[in-house]
Amino acid sequence: MRRVAVTGIGVVSALGVGRERFWDALCAGRSGIRPMESVDRSLFRFSQGAEVQGYDPLAFFDPKTADLLDRFAQFAVVAMREAVADGGLDLPVLNKARTAIVTGCCVGGQATEDEGFVELYTKKSGRVHPMTIPRIMANAGASRISVETGIRGPVYTVSTACSSSNHAIGQAFHMVRHGVVDMALAGGSEAIFSTGFLKAWEALRVVSPDTCRPFSRDRKGMILGEGGAILILEPLEAARSRGANVYGEIVGFGMGSDAYHITQPSVEGPAAAMQLALEDGGVAPESIGYINAHGTGTATNDAVETRAIRQVFGAHAGRLVVSSTKSMHGHALGAAGALEAAATLLALQRGILPPTANYNEADPECDLDVAPNQARQKQVEFAVSNSFAFGGLNAVLAFRAMS
Amino acid sequence: MHNDLITRVAGCVAATQHIAVERIRVESTFEELGIDSLDGINILFALENEFAIQIPDNAAQQVKTIGELAEGVHQLILAQHSDGGTTAKGVTT
Repeated sequence: MRRVAVTGIGVVSALGVGRERFWDALCAGRSGIRPMESVDRSLFRFSQGAEVQGYDPLAFFDPKTADLLDRFAQFAVVAMREAVADGGLDLPVLNKARTAIVTGCCVGGQATEDEGFVELYTKKSGRVHPMTIPRIMANAGASRISVETGIRGPVYTVSTACSSSNHAIGQAFHMVRHGVVDMALAGGSEAIFSTGFLKAWEALRVVSPDTCRPFSRDRKGMILGEGGAILILEPLEAARSRGANVYGEIVGFGMGSDAYHITQPSVEGPAAAMQLALEDGGVAPESIGYINAHGTGTATNDAVETRAIRQVFGAHAGRLVVSSTKSMHGHALGAAGALEAAATLLALQRGILPPTANYNEADPECDLDVAPNQARQKQVEFAVSNSFAFGGLNAVLAFRAMS
Repeated sequence: MHNDLITRVAGCVAATQHIAVERIRVESTFEELGIDSLDGINILFALENEFAIQIPDNAAQQVKTIGELAEGVHQLILAQHSDGGTTAKGVTT
């Protein structure tokens, strides 16, 4: 088995376009949650979202290409370009048949779908735009990355709701580790700010009327977000021999299903996935110094996740730092795991643990050190990033800092 | 509250849960009827349609029985249908 290094990171999020904007905001505890601009707020019981505000497609794509790609696919491509440049990949000489692209995406081109169906149902147009299908499909981002880079190995998209990106990164990690491919571009993207889709979230009654306050006693729910992140994965030995900058290693991946309920989480499922990630990486629970939590800010998730962490880590749960960066970049659904993997790797590389922002008040049901509102200067060797999806699908990644 | 209102509330619960309306009594608890939180969201959606009201997100959190649910609906109807809904703050039980 080969050790797997992450050598490039690209990010698009509500904290801005670019990895360093993302990281600077996380370190400052600065939230990208603001009044939604891409929809009519008066239609909703909630008004806040974590949008990539001011994003201009024509700053990144020629007009014809921009027309071909829904916002979610554009985010994947923009993040990929940053990751490839950051990783110093030489595309002309890259072995493209031995490179994979695996992305996570929950719902595909929602805005495109919404616009097309409004034309059909309310404006009685009798037709929808011919690019609707290529724009909607959840693999549009992965496919465009393939076209743009020439990568022609395993290219696919995983859709497991809020765990999509962790499943994508985890599978890419296993492919690189076991020699199925020699490199992988892995992550995910999502763009969900369409009236129809937001209405569907409103109906579930889980979106906060103010902001996202994970683990805080006065938390009122999640805040929806959008964005994308792509990581470059390659064997550590190859990374070292080409002198690449290494952010850290992915050492373990654990996944499983609650087999319980379509929306309510269990303690056992998330605990089992964390346990499996540790076992996959040969990491003792006591070695973990930081957990980037799923931490949605709903009453149920944060309490259940706390219990699952306590179940896996026992007394050590009180000694590790657990934070939810969703308090700053929102819950980007299928892209969440990718954004949080980026946050976790940057934390390991730079010795700073991002905080849980918007935190007001301790909750006895969430009695962990959640780094309230202020980043923590702390170098840890091992970290875990949790993603738990509706449908009970859990995916957990374990990372190691490079010494 | 009128019996008519309770009957309509029970009808929404029965239709949403796919259970016989005869099983539903004023004092029935959600727990007895096997109603979980996701079912509850479905029921609130049906009630909003049935009574042309808007139910705030957290309004029903403390509601445990069909009678309490009907009382909450009654209060929302009074608040929202008398002034267009501007003063509706939530369900009182």
